[in-house]
Amino acid sequence: MTTEVQSALMRELGAERLGMFLYQMVLIRHFEEKCGELYTKGKIRGFLHLYTGQEACAVGSINCLEDRDKILTHYRDHGHALARGLDPNRVMAELYGKATGVAGGRGGSMHLYDVEKGFLGGYAIVAAHLPLAVGLGVAAQMKREDFVTLCIFGDGSVGEGEFHEALNMAVLWNTPTIFFCENNLYGMGVPFKASLSTEIPKLAAAYNMPAVSVDGMDVLEVYAATREAVAHARAGKGPYFIEAMTYRYRGHSMADPELYRLKEEIEEAKQRDCIERLKRQMMEAGMLDEQGFAEIDARATAVVDEAVEFSERSPQPALDTLFDHLYKE
Amino acid sequence: MAIMRMRDALREALREEMLRDERIFLMGEDIGLYGGSYAVTKGLLEEFGEERVRDTPIAESAIVGIGIGAAMGGMHPMVEIMTINFSFLALDQIVNNAAKLLHMSNGQINVPLVIRMASGGGSQLAATHSHSLEGLYAHFPGLKVVCPSTPADAKGLLKRAFRDQNTVIFIEHTANYGLRGEVPDDPDFLVEFGVANVVREGTDVTIVGYSGSVHQATRAAELLEQQEEISAEVIDLRTLRPLDMDTVIRSVKKTNRAVIVEDAWKFGGFGGELAAQIMERAFDWLDAPVARVACKDVPLPYNRNLEFHALPSEEDVVEAVLGMFKE
Ligand SMILES: Cc1ncc(C[n+]2csc(CCOP(=O)(O)OP(=O)(O)O)c2C)c(N)n1
Ligand SMILES: [Mg+2]
Repeated sequence: MTTEVQSALMRELGAERLGMFLYQMVLIRHFEEKCGELYTKGKIRGFLHLYTGQEACAVGSINCLEDRDKILTHYRDHGHALARGLDPNRVMAELYGKATGVAGGRGGSMHLYDVEKGFLGGYAIVAAHLPLAVGLGVAAQMKREDFVTLCIFGDGSVGEGEFHEALNMAVLWNTPTIFFCENNLYGMGVPFKASLSTEIPKLAAAYNMPAVSVDGMDVLEVYAATREAVAHARAGKGPYFIEAMTYRYRGHSMADPELYRLKEEIEEAKQRDCIERLKRQMMEAGMLDEQGFAEIDARATAVVDEAVEFSERSPQPALDTLFDHLYKE
Repeated sequence: MAIMRMRDALREALREEMLRDERIFLMGEDIGLYGGSYAVTKGLLEEFGEERVRDTPIAESAIVGIGIGAAMGGMHPMVEIMTINFSFLALDQIVNNAAKLLHMSNGQINVPLVIRMASGGGSQLAATHSHSLEGLYAHFPGLKVVCPSTPADAKGLLKRAFRDQNTVIFIEHTANYGLRGEVPDDPDFLVEFGVANVVREGTDVTIVGYSGSVHQATRAAELLEQQEEISAEVIDLRTLRPLDMDTVIRSVKKTNRAVIVEDAWKFGGFGGELAAQIMERAFDWLDAPVARVACKDVPLPYNRNLEFHALPSEEDVVEAVLGMFKE
């Protein structure tokens, strides 16, 4: 993204909207750091995959959507849920397994849902939600509705057959689907270069799908690309593929000893941090000062603290609800 | 009433339901131009057009996944998996998404989807193409599993499947497609899930079957009556989930003997579940251990003699029944 394009986009979005992007990224950062802390205290159990470092991907892409649009994502889903405006209290309560959680404590970290917000789930089987996103596109077409579906997944998905099947069918059936690949360079501990014989956008291009690769540490670049993809899909021109190059600061999950990468690599990525970057860009544009940032930071911290309190005082799901929602009448 | 074959009854069900509800559409390999591998969907492309009758690539997991997504988006799709053997490639979608989304989302997302598949051995298609997996699908809470044995049930149950808010695995035995029978033409004719059919009343032994094995059970009951003066009651389960165990238990308490017949392997199979439930609920009424007649514990061979030696026959059922009357 050239400086001129960047300044034009910043002027267009304005201080308020950009401040909101910054706030969301800071909120996700604090939320995730708190989750890591709570995990070591045993408050959160099971698998926990933190999103720190990747915040620009969620915030840049999801803010391009309308209320009627749908989101399907993978198990590293807290950031996407918060960017979509799910109640942080209820997201945290889900991680606590409480009855007030967004899935009543049945889903946990990897399976967050809020249908009213068009947030149709975190999916913990790699690439299994890609066909679902195409199916939602089919529904949109058949119902003559113009919602689009944003489908977010990691670079590890490209090895799965369903990735290829879904891309192929999305093009064949011209569905309004945005495939958004968060390439954080690793699938657990496997570098993506060791699991793919080519480059990711070339796969999409091979299926005749427009594909771009963007800097996923730059919220503005992610936003610009996704906005184009959404317009393309909404206009009935079919699916669109975005690869966002990003980096996760923490291990794959809380169980990861991180034997496969060097500390220097993590430090290098942090030099390109998405929050620092937008903060700097906004300050240079005279849209933010240190005090303004401190306010954003304090607001995010307060929301996370409140989410923890809410979760602590929320009830456990009653045992007699075990069989609820097995079948719909 | 009209006399028709099961494949035609199934087609009638699809037609009527598609006319009734425009959210219903069909997807599958060769269901359109080719007319369906077993000709169930023949003529529907011409009648309903390409948007509602969709030929797909050979990509079972994507087809089922797209069906799930479309269902989440407010449609009521039917996916045809050419045969049950290929459903292994879609197993993750069926088990992890279709069966679980309602529960995992705490009631927010339901998946109204009908997945039809042709099943069963006996056609010399050898081991990869001869599976009976009704019991496998019945294993998963969250799914409904339907396996008709007659044209009328096929129609009524398939229509009923499109009135369900959940995913229905609808399994059709290939040996039954050509079977003829009376079929109601009332567009409101439905067969309720979880209601077994007492095909034949009897007093001495209960023979339980589903899908193709109902016919072995019925023929065995006729032989037993003619040759041995044994009166057998035959029960067709019709749906494995929900399961109408009450009808089975009522019958066993009357006859005091139970034989289970199925095309699937005995080891770890659905018949074992039935036997266990009979033991749990009717132990004191049993005059003999529950018997199971099932496929022998090998992959089905191509050779006709070997294949039929492996599959359960009416003679096997008769033998199992006679064994129960020996002192
Ligand atoms: C089908 C399947 N195989 C394996 C796993 C185990 N697993 C969970 S996450 C993961 C790595 C996925 O990497 P990627 O898609 O790049 O996402 P990231 O974790 O980097 O965000 C693996 C192998 C799984 N969940 N699903
Ligand atoms: Mg990755």
